[in-house]
Formats: sequence, structure tokens, C-alpha cells
Amino acid sequence: MFGNFDINFIIFGVMPYIALTVFLVGSVVRYERDPFTWKSSSSQLLRRKQLVWGSILFHVGILTVFFGHLIGLFTPIWVLDALGVPYGLKQWMAVLIGGPAGIAALIGSTMLLHRRLVDPRIRVTSTTPDIVIMGLIWLQLAIGLLTITQTLQHMDGSEMVRFMTWSQSVVTWNVNAWVTVVDVHWLYKLHIFLGLIITILFPFTRLVHIWSGFAAPVRYLLTRSGYQIVRSRRRRPLEERRHAFDKRQGESSPATTTPAE
Amino acid sequence: MRVRAQIGKVLNLDKCIGCHTCSVTCKNVWTTREGVEYAWFNNVETKPGTGYPTDWENQKRWNGGWVRSASGKLHPKQGAKWRILANIFANPSMPEIDDYYEPFDFDYDHLKSAPDMDHFPTARPRSAITGERMEKIEKGPNWEEILGGEFSKRSQDYNFENVQKEIYGEYENTFMMYLPRLCEHCLNPTCSASCPSGAIYKREEDGIVLIDQEKCRGWRMCISGCPYKKIYYNWESGKSEKCTFCYPRIESGQPTVCSETCVGRIRYLGVILYDADKIEEAASAERETDLYGAQMDVFLDPNDPEVIAAARRDGIPEDWIEAAKVSPVWKMAMDWKVAFPLHPEYRTLPMVWYIPPLSPIQNAAQAGQIAMSDQMPDVRSLRIPVKYLANMLTAGDEEPIVHALERMSAMRLYMRALSVDGVRDEAIAARVGMSGRMIEDMYKIMAIADYEDRFAIPTAHREQNEDGADIRGGCGFTDGNGCSSGETGKTTLFGGKKKNFALPTETF
Repeated sequence: MFGNFDINFIIFGVMPYIALTVFLVGSVVRYERDPFTWKSSSSQLLRRKQLVWGSILFHVGILTVFFGHLIGLFTPIWVLDALGVPYGLKQWMAVLIGGPAGIAALIGSTMLLHRRLVDPRIRVTSTTPDIVIMGLIWLQLAIGLLTITQTLQHMDGSEMVRFMTWSQSVVTWNVNAWVTVVDVHWLYKLHIFLGLIITILFPFTRLVHIWSGFAAPVRYLLTRSGYQIVRSRRRRPLEERRHAFDKRQGESSPATTTPAE
Repeated sequence: MRVRAQIGKVLNLDKCIGCHTCSVTCKNVWTTREGVEYAWFNNVETKPGTGYPTDWENQKRWNGGWVRSASGKLHPKQGAKWRILANIFANPSMPEIDDYYEPFDFDYDHLKSAPDMDHFPTARPRSAITGERMEKIEKGPNWEEILGGEFSKRSQDYNFENVQKEIYGEYENTFMMYLPRLCEHCLNPTCSASCPSGAIYKREEDGIVLIDQEKCRGWRMCISGCPYKKIYYNWESGKSEKCTFCYPRIESGQPTVCSETCVGRIRYLGVILYDADKIEEAASAERETDLYGAQMDVFLDPNDPEVIAAARRDGIPEDWIEAAKVSPVWKMAMDWKVAFPLHPEYRTLPMVWYIPPLSPIQNAAQAGQIAMSDQMPDVRSLRIPVKYLANMLTAGDEEPIVHALERMSAMRLYMRALSVDGVRDEAIAARVGMSGRMIEDMYKIMAIADYEDRFAIPTAHREQNEDGADIRGGCGFTDGNGCSSGETGKTTLFGGKKKNFALPTETF
């Protein structure tokens, strides 16, 4: 049964499903069961120094990189062909946009990690997961940037297409997805592996605030028309209460003794 | 007209003795937990001074409150929604904990556990954040107590705007007053407007502004949004916290802890009916000096039959309407016009109002006599400059302040005539546009200040708000974690610190 056992199958064939399951189920369970722990864990109050630049560089950089990966990996290849985008051009775009964004994120995360480890206030109020996840993200960014050295050696886009095929095969339940990335450079493999690890750790760390970060603009700008929020604990909305009141008034019951609602 | 009710509050600064009982009892009830040691939902500042956190009134620096654009629309001073979202990675207007003070405790244990030493053991301060020794305490929650510190620093007080402040640095001309501060439970709060998560809300039934601890994500925009700096970030839980107006007490008809324990009996609580449809218009008043009047236009007269009918229709309970009629807050703010909102120019329509303090006649010693105008002490020559009070309470408009101070000193003259000479001098009352009966009522409520006169708080109507069957077997009041065991701790699945829970045990 284990005759043709391959570690690549475990990491690139099975682990993505484990990671995505833990990521999604874990997020839902935490949101549902422990909403009080769902937070960004900002430490700006305790130390502003190094946070403003560090946080902005890191977040802007990593969001660019994140959406770059999302669009780059999951755009079906036939869409590229239909639009007539040469694979080489797409890869150049990835390097030219992702590269600087990755560098910004790495500089930012270095500042944040340094601050977290060295500043006594931040160090003592950090939890182990805070430090571990920050370290992992730093490492992931560094490895990601190192893969550019490999990428530049084959700018025809063939490697890139393999990763696109792999990611798209994973999300389309293609069991043989792992085969496409078996013989890529180990830096890429490490990058994917670490990405899956971070995905698994996601629901157990402060990273859950990313969900809220994407939800906040939608809620704040789109679903909340004005600025103010008034909560009523009364069981019936105002209009309904008014109608009921007006109806009761019509029934000649003494108004002064009408219980308000 | 959309009638809503709020438990409003008035603080009579004329009687505040600066004893800090309000702050201490509040702290003991609400903020003795880790992460909010530095937070004082209620604090008392000595004015003139820069306050807590330092320089909180300077909105050029902190960007709190609202601004009115050229088109007459309001948006938070820190920016409209998209601008607030753009600051989500790092909030440029947010104070650091050092702007409040680094919380500390003393090594009390060392006093009894120290070994035999040549020198007497001392209790030195330690940071409550890092646990490290603090060599020098640079700041505290009440750093300028009774004019502590140099005048050059204290006089950076924002309320000195348009006041020739140099002379108040001289010993002979110095003045001071206390300013107890808590959340204003505004009609148009900027904290809730700034919250991208929508976690901060105003309660329809009693106007209390609260933070939903389960919805707060720690984006910390409320901290800079609130111009009074009365939202505190709990660095341990990662959530914002604020004065709750002791809502569990208010709901059961009891005064807030700060009001209940006030030694000077300066705090008043009562129902104010207001028209929710008028809030936006009032907060958008063109001139800042119009805001005080505009806010009074939002309030509804509980004795007006039309208002009563509308209130009943909108579901204001009968006992709340009755309470509004005897509300001391209504009397002081609206009948006697002696109470004012704190910094109306922030356009938040605050609901904790202040009665300005009388002070000794400034130049009495020099002139050899008391400056009188129309047989009354001239309130413009009081030791505390009227302009200073006006900058604090009416956006700089002196007239309403003068009017209030005159009524308060007329009350003293009238009551002196009554109790010393046994004469009801209606002329004194008439000079300030009042009647003797009004002044005697004012004396009873403001000077005698019996418990029953200070607090007219109707209980919440739980039968309207919740179904007993639904909450049966619920968890009651918990520390933000619903029915969870409260283990938000380091060793639990989702990170944080584990709390040991122990039942109190009796020892025999």
C-alpha cells in the first residue's frame, strides 16, 4: 500500500485540504464560540515607535502580495489565453509588482518583529503565538523573495503555469494535483509548505483579524448608511409600536393606562 | 418627532471639593483588571491644567469630535469613513499610554519581607505593564492636583484661548477649579461613528453608549474619535472599554457608582426626553456658539401635552414620562439654565452637563470693596474668568455663563435674606428673571441636594426588552465572553492568559 509513498503527495496533495479545513472550520468555530478573543491585538497604545512605519509597510506590502498570489494563482489559464496575455509578461508583472511589495512587507515585518522582541513593553505582553506567527511570516516573506532568484532564471512562465495548475487543481478536487510541483526548486516547495503551516495556524492566532479587516470596509462603507448606531432592545420596531398604539387609541381604551411598549 | 429618553446627568462644579471619591469607587468597580490599570472611566482634573490624558482638549492634536464641512455636512475630525479605514494599520491620532501615564504599583511586600538591612526598606514603584522598576514617576492620573506643576505647563490649557493668561500665573491672581469627567453618553457620539466594526452603540431606551465587547476588533478608531478621550484601549484584552454609566444599576433605578458615592452631592441624574429627528440638524449648527442652544432645542418639554402624547405613542413608558417631569437635570439645564454641556464645539451633543462654579470676587482686596453691579456682585469680576468657563462650556459665548452665575449668586442673596432677615425678597429673584419660589426650589435641589432630589431614575422595563423564557439558564453578566468559561488565557486553545477561578472559601 505504501509502496509508492511520496512525501510530496502528503505535502502538496493532502496537506492543502487539511490546511483549508482547519482554516475554515477553525475560523467559524472561533468566531462562533469565542468572539471575545477575535481581535487585531494592536499594541499601538503601548508603543507607537516603530509601529507606524512598520505596520503600514508590512500591511500594504503583504496585502499586495496576498492579492497578487490570489489573482495570479487562481486565474484560470484559459482566461490568460483568451485575453492574449503572454505567460512571460504575467511573470514579469508578478516579479515587478510582487518584488517591491514583498520587500516593503519584509522591511515592515522586520521592524515589527524587532519591536516585538526588543521593546520590553511589547515583549512582555506578547503571547507565544504572537511571536511564532510573526517569525513564520517573516521567514515566509524572506523565502518568497529568495524564490525570485530562481524565477529570474526561467522567465518564460513555464514554472508559473505549473503553480497555477497545482493551485487550481487543488481547489477543483483533482487528486493528482501534487504531481505538477514534484520537481520544482526546493525554495518553492518550502514556500508552499510554510504557507500551508501558516494557514493551519491561522484560526489559533491573531491572524483571524484578517477576516475582519476585509469585512470592516464592506460593513462600514456599504451596509452602514449613516454614522450612528442605536440599538433597541424593544421587541417591536418603532413603526409597529406606533401603529399598535394608534390602533389602541381608536378602541376608546383610556390612553393614560395604556402600557407602553 | 421621534421621542426617545435618556438618563442625563448634571455635575454641580460649584460644590465639587475634588475628593476623588467618584474616581476611586468607579475604579474599584470597573477598572481594577489587568490592561486597564491606567484607565479611569471617571477622573477629576484640576483646572487650569492640561488634564488626563495630557492635552486632551487640543483637538488639533488628537482630531476628536466632528467638523462641519463647507456644505454643512458633518464628518469626524479624524476623517470621513474612507479616511478612517485608511488609518486602520496605524492610527496617527491615537495617544500612547505615556500620554495617560504608565501604570505602576509599589513594592509594598518589600516593606514586610525585606531582610535585616542597614537602611529602612522602602516600597519602590514598578511598572504594571512590564513589571520592571521605574526609577522616576513622570505622570499620574491626576498629575496637576491642586495646581501642581509650573504655570507655563498648566497654562497650555486649551480653555485659555482668548484669555490674557499671564496674570493668572501670578500668585495673587491664581485660580483653580475641579472638573470631574466621565463619558458624556453623547447624542451624536464620534466614538461610535468612527468604529469600523459597528461595535459601539447607543441604547434607545436610556441613551447609554456601550461597546459590544464581542464585536470590537481593536481597530482603535474610537479612541481618537472621542474628543473627551473617554474610550480606553485594554492592552490585555485588545478591546476598547468605556464608562458604562453603571447600566446594571441604572436599569434597577439606582444611581451610578460615582453619583451614589459623591461626597459633595454634586451629581444629579434624571430623564431627558429628546427628539431623535433633530439630532443631526442640531449637531450641524453653523456657528459653534449656536450649538448649546441647538442642543436645548433637541430636548423635549415633558410637561407639554403634545410631547407627552408623542412620547406615549413612541413607547416611552409612563413612569419614564413622570420621571422626566421631576427630572433635576431638566430643571437645571432647561428651567433654570444653570447647566451647560462640556465643550459643545465638538458637536457630539454631550449628555453630561456642568454647572459652572462661583468663585471669590477677584479685585475685592484691591478695591477695598466688592465689585457690585445692580446691587449684585459683578460675576464678571470673579476670580475664575468668565471667558475661561465659557471656553469650556459654551464654545466661548460668555452671556449664558454670566446669566447662570448671576442666578446662582442671586440664590445666595435671596436665601441669606430669607434665613438671616426672614424676608422673601422677590426683587432679587426678579433681577435674574426668576421668582422666589423658583429660587427656593433651586436652593432645595442644588444646595440641600437630598438624595431623592438628586436622583429621579425610573427602572428599566425588562418586560419590554427580554423574554424571561429566553434568558432562563443564561450566564448573566460576564466579562465579555458569553457563556464561555472565561478562560481567555495563555494556555487555552485560542491564546491569552489563563485565569484561575476560585470560589470564596470561609475559614473557621
